[in-house]
Amino acid sequence: MSKETVVARHPLDELFRADRFPHILCPGCGIGAAMHCLAQAMTESGIPLDRHVCVSGIGCSSRVPGYLNVDSYHTTHGRSIPFATGLALVRPDLEVTVFAGDGDLFAIGGNHFIHAARRNVDLNVICINNFNYGMTGGQAGPTTPFGAKATTAPFGNWERPFNLPYLASAVGAVFVARWTTLHVRQLKEAVRSVMKKKGFAFIEVLSPCPTGFGRPNGIGDGLEEMELYRERCVVDHKASLPDMDIDLRDKKRPIVLGNFLNLDRPHYQPGKIPQETSHG
Amino acid sequence: MSGDHACAEGSLAAGLGFFAGYPITPSTEIAEHLAIRLSQVGGTFAQMEDELGSMAAIVGASVAGARSMTATSGPGFSLMMENVGLAVMMEVPCVVVNVQRGSPSTGLPTAVGQADVMQARWGSHGDYAIVAYSPASPQEFFDLTLRAFDTADTYRVPVFLMADEVVGHMTERVVIPPASRITRVQRKRLPRLKGNGRFLSFHTNGKDLVPALAHAGEGYRAHFTSLTHDERGYPTNSPDVHDRLVRRLVNKIKLNAGRIVEAEEYRLKDAEVVVVAYGCMSRSARRAVDMAREKGIRAGLLRPVTLWPFPESRLRELDKGKKKKAFVVAELNLGQMAREVERCIGRPPATLTHAGGKVLEPEAVLEVLAEAGR
Ligand SMILES: Cc1ncc(C[n+]2csc(CCOP(=O)(O)OP(=O)(O)O)c2C)c(N)n1
Ligand code: SF4
Ligand SMILES: [Mg+2]
Repeated sequence: MSKETVVARHPLDELFRADRFPHILCPGCGIGAAMHCLAQAMTESGIPLDRHVCVSGIGCSSRVPGYLNVDSYHTTHGRSIPFATGLALVRPDLEVTVFAGDGDLFAIGGNHFIHAARRNVDLNVICINNFNYGMTGGQAGPTTPFGAKATTAPFGNWERPFNLPYLASAVGAVFVARWTTLHVRQLKEAVRSVMKKKGFAFIEVLSPCPTGFGRPNGIGDGLEEMELYRERCVVDHKASLPDMDIDLRDKKRPIVLGNFLNLDRPHYQPGKIPQETSHG
Repeated sequence: MSGDHACAEGSLAAGLGFFAGYPITPSTEIAEHLAIRLSQVGGTFAQMEDELGSMAAIVGASVAGARSMTATSGPGFSLMMENVGLAVMMEVPCVVVNVQRGSPSTGLPTAVGQADVMQARWGSHGDYAIVAYSPASPQEFFDLTLRAFDTADTYRVPVFLMADEVVGHMTERVVIPPASRITRVQRKRLPRLKGNGRFLSFHTNGKDLVPALAHAGEGYRAHFTSLTHDERGYPTNSPDVHDRLVRRLVNKIKLNAGRIVEAEEYRLKDAEVVVVAYGCMSRSARRAVDMAREKGIRAGLLRPVTLWPFPESRLRELDKGKKKKAFVVAELNLGQMAREVERCIGRPPATLTHAGGKVLEPEAVLEVLAEAGR
């Protein structure tokens, strides 16, 4: 029998607001793992915690900044990016990370996403893609795969979902990655690397939502969705972005992960016209 | 100088650090002027993808420490309402200019209107209070823009400049005081943190009801949320905390109304007919008052400079006395402020209304005024 030990301190204590726990996330939810990666990346970034800022919109994923012991802003649904843009432009010395859900960033906030990427605003954008609107109870959203069931797609989703890495790269992101909450080391590394990078960096994180997505789709719990990732995911940093659609019906179709894009392009500084016209 | 340019210059005089906007007539000249001028003074000008983004961006810029502003007209003002609510809830000072045009919807893009008066007060969901100024000339547009930033910083609240197309586009002499004569209110700031000390970022002393502001990147590690929150800034579902918070958000303006409210009074001392008008319509109304006086009618003008809070105690005072006065409201909407006046004096005032597109002539005001005074 193992003995329970309560440790007085944890290496990430400084990173979390102890007085905010327990958190609201469901058992088996992937958001906690992604938050942990973000916290680790912040600690290892070499940037003092007082200079980190975390901004979110509304949703389960967007609750994360509230648990992080940094300057944090839990804004309105879909508006994390423009809010963060104003903040980052006034304080370019701060390291601003946006952490929000797929619905927040790509449905209601989609317009802000594409324009901030086009401008190459110096932001790290981490998107929890749990294939649905978790917080409001499992409705279909812009990343719900074809055929997947949701409370507003009771017979299966017939809308084509976004291929987020392809979208992000097409609209101008200078760093594009996709990982899952199973791939914590790679995810943490990706987050850490974009903290050193100027410009609009995008990281998609596939994340189990047993409550909203797993249940109606026959995925028993968070662990089972992680198992699905383990079976289906392949890492291919050089994969072709247009072919990265996720379709869970086809069991042979891999889910492609990796750090797909890492470019240097002048980031957005109002008033400063970049000299080069390079697109690469 | 045009009213719109005067507004832009007023914001610069106030130390504007960040402007975000989306083009819309008749406010665009403010953005265009600031696109040139802000870079000259080391500020940041950003054109956003829409007004949802513009409003969100100025709130983000303000928590980062900059005085921030956006400018728009009715259609954009509607989109901004979402994050006006955010600024109210997070108590982030900012200034929003609405150069009103004919509405609803796209309405009359190039012509005057005053029909966003009630939207300024109630446009975002929930109970809250804001401050809204109404300039009647380019000079006043300059002066009130300058003041709007101080008011926003003092009460940690979004402040609206409810101009109209006529005031925005008219050209008049504007005197800009030398920088040395301009004083600015400083935001109430949290004391520097000692060690790893915690602090209550939404704590107020109960007197002025305005908490001190923690800017980003200063080590406070503050949390701001659009959710109902306690004094630590942490979300809560407690109905009691919610009621306390919302009441404070309303009361910090309501209980300070005496300090905030401004109204201009013209020939009111012995007036038997009180015309209430604001913005461009107050210019016609002033002329109408003079014309009435020439005819021996004792008329005067009450011009609300703050539309919100509304100068209601002054109106009630004016209505005291033995002989009941006549009240006339002249405005370019179908009676939005008339309803407010009725609320104050307890009976409907005479009205001169029009849905907008033109300023009503002094003669038209005179006619209603003379009739009301009979
Ligand atoms: C303007 C607005 N519309 C709708 C909502 C309700 N709402 C809250 S969270 C949410 C969806 C969240 O989905 P996502 O961003 O994917 O986050 P998740 O909960 O899945 O992490 C919605 C629709 C809202 N808060 N504001
Ligand atoms: S609803 Fe889904 S995303 Fe939200 S906390 Fe529960 S499992 Fe996580
Ligand atoms: Mg989601």
